Amino acid sequence: MSPPDPAQHQGPSPRPAAATLEFREATKVYPGQAEPAVERLSLTVPSGDVCVLVGPSGCGKTTAMRMVNRMIDITDGDILLDGASVRERRPAELRRQIGYAIQQIGLFPHLSVGDNIATVPRLLGWDSARIRARVEELLRLVSLDPDTRDRYPAQLSGGQRQRVGVARALAVDPPLMLMDEPFGAIDPINRERLQNEFLRLQREIRKTVVFVTHDIDEAIKMGDRIAVLQRGGKLAQYASPAELLMFPASRFVEDFVGADRALKRLALQRVRDVDLWKAPLVRIGEPVAEARAKLSESEVPYPLAIDADARPLGWLSEKGLTGERVEPEYRSSARPLLDLDDVLRDALSDLLAEEAQYGAVVDAQGGVVGVLSIEILGHALRTDPEEVPSGADAL
Amino acid sequence: MIELLAQVEIRDRSADSCVGDNGFCPDWIVDNFDRYVDPLAEHVLLTVVAVAIGFAISFTLALVAYRRRWLIAPVTQVTGVLYTVPSIAAFFLLLPITGRGFTTAEIALVSYVLLIIFRNVLAGLDNVPAETKDAGRGMGLTARQLLWRVEVPLALPEIMAGLRIAATTTVGLATLAFFAGAGGLGEQIFADITFKSNVVVAGGLAIVLAAALDALILLAQRLVTPWAGAHR
Repeated sequence: MSPPDPAQHQGPSPRPAAATLEFREATKVYPGQAEPAVERLSLTVPSGDVCVLVGPSGCGKTTAMRMVNRMIDITDGDILLDGASVRERRPAELRRQIGYAIQQIGLFPHLSVGDNIATVPRLLGWDSARIRARVEELLRLVSLDPDTRDRYPAQLSGGQRQRVGVARALAVDPPLMLMDEPFGAIDPINRERLQNEFLRLQREIRKTVVFVTHDIDEAIKMGDRIAVLQRGGKLAQYASPAELLMFPASRFVEDFVGADRALKRLALQRVRDVDLWKAPLVRIGEPVAEARAKLSESEVPYPLAIDADARPLGWLSEKGLTGERVEPEYRSSARPLLDLDDVLRDALSDLLAEEAQYGAVVDAQGGVVGVLSIEILGHALRTDPEEVPSGADAL
Repeated sequence: MIELLAQVEIRDRSADSCVGDNGFCPDWIVDNFDRYVDPLAEHVLLTVVAVAIGFAISFTLALVAYRRRWLIAPVTQVTGVLYTVPSIAAFFLLLPITGRGFTTAEIALVSYVLLIIFRNVLAGLDNVPAETKDAGRGMGLTARQLLWRVEVPLALPEIMAGLRIAATTTVGLATLAFFAGAGGLGEQIFADITFKSNVVVAGGLAIVLAAALDALILLAQRLVTPWAGAHR
């Protein structure tokens, strides 16, 4: 490998490692209020993880997040960033090291997109060539056209503004990001797109992220770890999404994650993540004896007829196996056809919609690779939570 | 008082029937336009100095009151009283203290624009969206950086609107400055208030001046707030 060209690396800074964040009995009592807004909150966010703070309104999740960059000062306890207390840092200097994105975005309307993104780099005194290169890099990173740089926020769509907000928060490559309902004001379709984009981005940049939302589905989707808070800022449970859904620690958490938690849990895994059954694949015209042999080896009670390219034709009936050779007599079509990339919840939905117990799973070329059954889905729910991917890994 | 209002003969009534009839006489205006140049210059100076000083004072007051909200009520009350004192009365009240002249006129004119500009600056700062300020603070801008880089620029449309009102109002009020012995177009108007040509030219110049200042500030506003017209 040749040594890196210094001119090329002048712009973007080398990636600093993501920070470890620790809440240590962090407490906030607002003046004039008897009850604390956040009470003795203790949790650790490992470096590179997305920690979602979730809970009903008034649970102190935003307060907890804002204590990290001292937008709200801690009353008692401490918050440690890479082991160092935030209480000892000057607020403005601390905040420049922490990415900050909020629901209302708060872009500066009087500055162009480029100048908005350049806010913190300028505060830190970067030279203009480095800022220019960084702005360009960030616009690419959040999938915005390079021309966007010279436009004003008022000229952008809601989704574009949100992307600029994320780019601005990432400008100096901070080791920690704070995001307060960053996709809350976006319509559902665009929200899902932005969520996926962010997870894809996170897979690349691996920041430590504190993400606040009131939406449990968003929490389950975005979080590597989820902290469920209840009124008064008490931590009800801190766990991975799969663990939270399978083993809610209290009645409150159980209610909060919802009665459909098994379904939500299925949304965390994809068809490719579970052990499929071997399909009894037969071709029309092959000897019935061979077909029966395959059938006896499989857990699936019906043979699945396929064409020359291994594409499914349909489930054969008993009548198809009565002669010497397999006849094209079907009990049902091959539907539903399940994709390896489908999440298990969608696969279950497809099975239910077709009133089927078994679904043929096909690869990208359409060839059958196995069979998914209701039984496998039930089994998947009992997977060790440790083995269920979360956040960016589940994408 | 009498000497102040004493009519100055500015025309020879015998020469022209139009002039003799107090009419609107283009020929006379062309021949006599020179006599309005100096009063116009005085008028511009009276206005610009008053608005500039008034802006400096009330902008500072507004910045201070923006952070220390308790100051808003007293500042509004004091400048409000100054605003309601009729300017002629102000001129005469000041005469024994500051004497006749430019300073006396300026004190009255400045005290009149304070409330207008103070209120507009404060409204502009207060209208800066909370989330913009929150984002700025959250990114690590200090209070001072936030003020000068975000809040004041975003308040510019209201600030400039205040300046426009202040400038046009001051042009009008400065026509009374001659009561304080500070000259201006008002002196010309009252020099021969029965003569249409005179009143039209002197009064017209005041109107043109007000419109010109207004347009100038509007142009400046367009230049300093290019973002304000940006839409999808």
